[in-house]
Amino acid sequence: MNAALGRILILASLLVSTTGAILAFAAGAKKSIDGLKWARRFAFAFAACMALATLVMEYALLTHDFSVSYVAQVGSRLVPTWVTIVSLWSSLEGSILFWGFVLGIYIAGATWLTRNEHVEYMAYAIGTWLTCGTFFGFLIAGPASPFQTVAQPPADGPGPNPLLQNHLLMIIHPPMLYLGYVGMTIPFGFATAALLRGRLGLAFLKPLRNSLLLPWIFLTIAIMLGGWWAYEVLGWGGYWAWDPVENASLLPWLTATAALHSAIVMERRGVLKGWTVTLVQASFLLTILGTFMTRSGVFNSVHSFTQSSIGPTILVFLAFILVGSIVLLAKRIDSLEAEGRIDGALSRESMFLFNNLIFVLITFTVLIGTCFPLIVEAIKGKQMSVGRPYFDAMVVPAGAALIFLLGIGPALPWGRATKEQAMRSLLPPLIGAVIVAVAGFALGSRNPWTVATLAFGGYAAWVTLAEMWRPVAQRMKGGESILDATTQAQWKRGRRRFGSYVIHSGAVIVIVAIAVSSTMRTTHEVSLRKGGTATIKNYSLQFLGTEVRNEPNRVATIARFRVQKNGRDLGILEPRMNQYAMMREPIGTPAVHSSITEDLYVSIMNIDPSSDSAGILLITTPMVGWIWYAVLLMGLGGVIALIPPRRIIATVASELADGRDDTVAVNA
Amino acid sequence: MSNVMTETDKVRKQTRRFMIGALLVAVLAFVVIAAGGINKNLVYYWTPSDLYANGDKAYGATIRLGGMVAPGSIRNHAGVSGVEFDVKDAGRIVHVKSSGVPPQMFRENIGVVVEGTMTRGGYFECNRLMVSHNNEYRAPKGGHKMSKEELEKLMKTTEGLQD
Repeated sequence: MNAALGRILILASLLVSTTGAILAFAAGAKKSIDGLKWARRFAFAFAACMALATLVMEYALLTHDFSVSYVAQVGSRLVPTWVTIVSLWSSLEGSILFWGFVLGIYIAGATWLTRNEHVEYMAYAIGTWLTCGTFFGFLIAGPASPFQTVAQPPADGPGPNPLLQNHLLMIIHPPMLYLGYVGMTIPFGFATAALLRGRLGLAFLKPLRNSLLLPWIFLTIAIMLGGWWAYEVLGWGGYWAWDPVENASLLPWLTATAALHSAIVMERRGVLKGWTVTLVQASFLLTILGTFMTRSGVFNSVHSFTQSSIGPTILVFLAFILVGSIVLLAKRIDSLEAEGRIDGALSRESMFLFNNLIFVLITFTVLIGTCFPLIVEAIKGKQMSVGRPYFDAMVVPAGAALIFLLGIGPALPWGRATKEQAMRSLLPPLIGAVIVAVAGFALGSRNPWTVATLAFGGYAAWVTLAEMWRPVAQRMKGGESILDATTQAQWKRGRRRFGSYVIHSGAVIVIVAIAVSSTMRTTHEVSLRKGGTATIKNYSLQFLGTEVRNEPNRVATIARFRVQKNGRDLGILEPRMNQYAMMREPIGTPAVHSSITEDLYVSIMNIDPSSDSAGILLITTPMVGWIWYAVLLMGLGGVIALIPPRRIIATVASELADGRDDTVAVNA
Repeated sequence: MSNVMTETDKVRKQTRRFMIGALLVAVLAFVVIAAGGINKNLVYYWTPSDLYANGDKAYGATIRLGGMVAPGSIRNHAGVSGVEFDVKDAGRIVHVKSSGVPPQMFRENIGVVVEGTMTRGGYFECNRLMVSHNNEYRAPKGGHKMSKEELEKLMKTTEGLQD
């Protein structure tokens, strides 16, 4: 019953998206307003079908309807209700359905928000979105159908992958990642519409930028959550291993970040239109490539929980989008004319160019390192991977360069700067650079890259704070109180600017924390018997013995440690091994004691309750916790920049009246 | 009118020339560095037989050696956390020395992946000892042979406890 209903809804969504896409493109070609109205209705209908299908699946999961294939695959009467609810994204078929749901929401939202605007582009944009909708509708209807009818439903199912149950972060990480991945469809649609129309005016930049910023926020947080999860669960004490699946989430983030920056140059100087559009297309392509990498089973990685036969289908879609984008770019990029120029090498916009160059180089580095083993295996049949040193050697200098630019970019004025101007803004932040680098050196940092990163970080922090302070100071000179000046400058008027500097402050902390945490950690492995003590740095851990705890869905073997730092008691740490019923091997869960300056990480490598002995891995990592919270700060900055500023609308309107309107632009 | 056109054209050409030049230089430098970087940092996924077949290449190369822990070969040294054992496949045996604490699942007749390099001393120096984390993988029981495909899958799906 549920299975049949689900299938009907999915087929309906497929029908709606296909018809809607054809209609929308036709409306775009004919510039028909009626056609556009119908395309909008189809977009909403697609979203409704996907949402209903997802509701049917959730209902089937909650009522344990094992006649639905996906429920039989991941459902269980034994797991808690919250686990049942999130099982929707615990396996491939459900994930793709969830993907369709998110895509529907995005399409409906974007269609609704642009209902009174950008008439000339919207038909093409909706057409592009619904084409993507058609592809995912097809995946759900065919190769990855979660709604197959099980002829003889089992009495109970195995439950979802225990890794999902083992940690809260594994529940939030996938939906965040999908929100980021799927959201890239929207700017892709806008960019494609601009290419098809052959023009990209200033007014159309707003939806393009905002639709890119929203998934960027989700993706930023998702990447961090993935790293945090790896750190909290996998037990080797790190958060990033350059695993193909991790790289898959990073790649579109890199190009999207580059695009967000080049869009600013485009807005300010009227250049880099084609380049920005290219980056947006690339971001979407990389999300599809990422889906292929994670979901097709070409990479067997710790993260690819499910593998199936959807690989070829995704590859065909990827090839279709790739060829389509390249052809479109080749034909139309010239029509996206530059309206301005970049004046001097020592200007903010040229720093943006360098920023873009570095982001693109990192993208290529990671892409090549990730795909190289695939290509070798396909050609020579030999298995290999590209080791961490390659990625580190390539990305570490690039990261240092990025944080360097993050400092000097905002310090430089737009346009041509005189030497005196440049010196006046470039010299004072050196104080910040010296302070942070010296502090780092005094605290034991000796790695040259880390010290350089600290110096650049201090410089960038100084610039960022100064840039945040500048408009407030100007207003205070005009006689406003500090409170009024701050709310006016940062919130009421300069919200987007303020948001970007909040993102920058987060980014500075993240890069510095990554540099410090990866070069200044200490590790110690030891085997202990009950009563024994292990020490690392100024910590001492007394082994209190083992304990076996029966929990509803698992059996936990726990090692208990009393932890002291410099003789001061920090309490008990309980790293554990969780044994789930249907898994052969236990999943370790390390215990972490976090403080502001560093983490103490205790991971069980082996444990024997009968002899009360355990082999443990101890790690101290300075600043690692800063990464998680600084990334959240970046997300917050993104949200601040995204909240529509009411007063700015008036400013934009007056700017438009000044002749930068897109109706006057190109198309000549 | 034509003046305006030539002015925009000039601007476009300048911007484009600047961008293309910068891109070319960067891409060239990048390709050189990346190609060298990849070659130096390849990790080979080998079975003991592959390791012997590659001869001298094995010394100093980063290798993920996958195989079974030979029965009766595990030796723990009193007071030290290290462990020694043999990894075997259908044909060959490699002696492995690992300095770290072995993971929970480590025992005889289990599929393992050790990452490290072959030394001139005739043993494999292991700095990462891994058993599978993947729930789909089932360790073969009782000394059965693992197929090459199984071993290859094992090597791809393990993530180490040591770094």
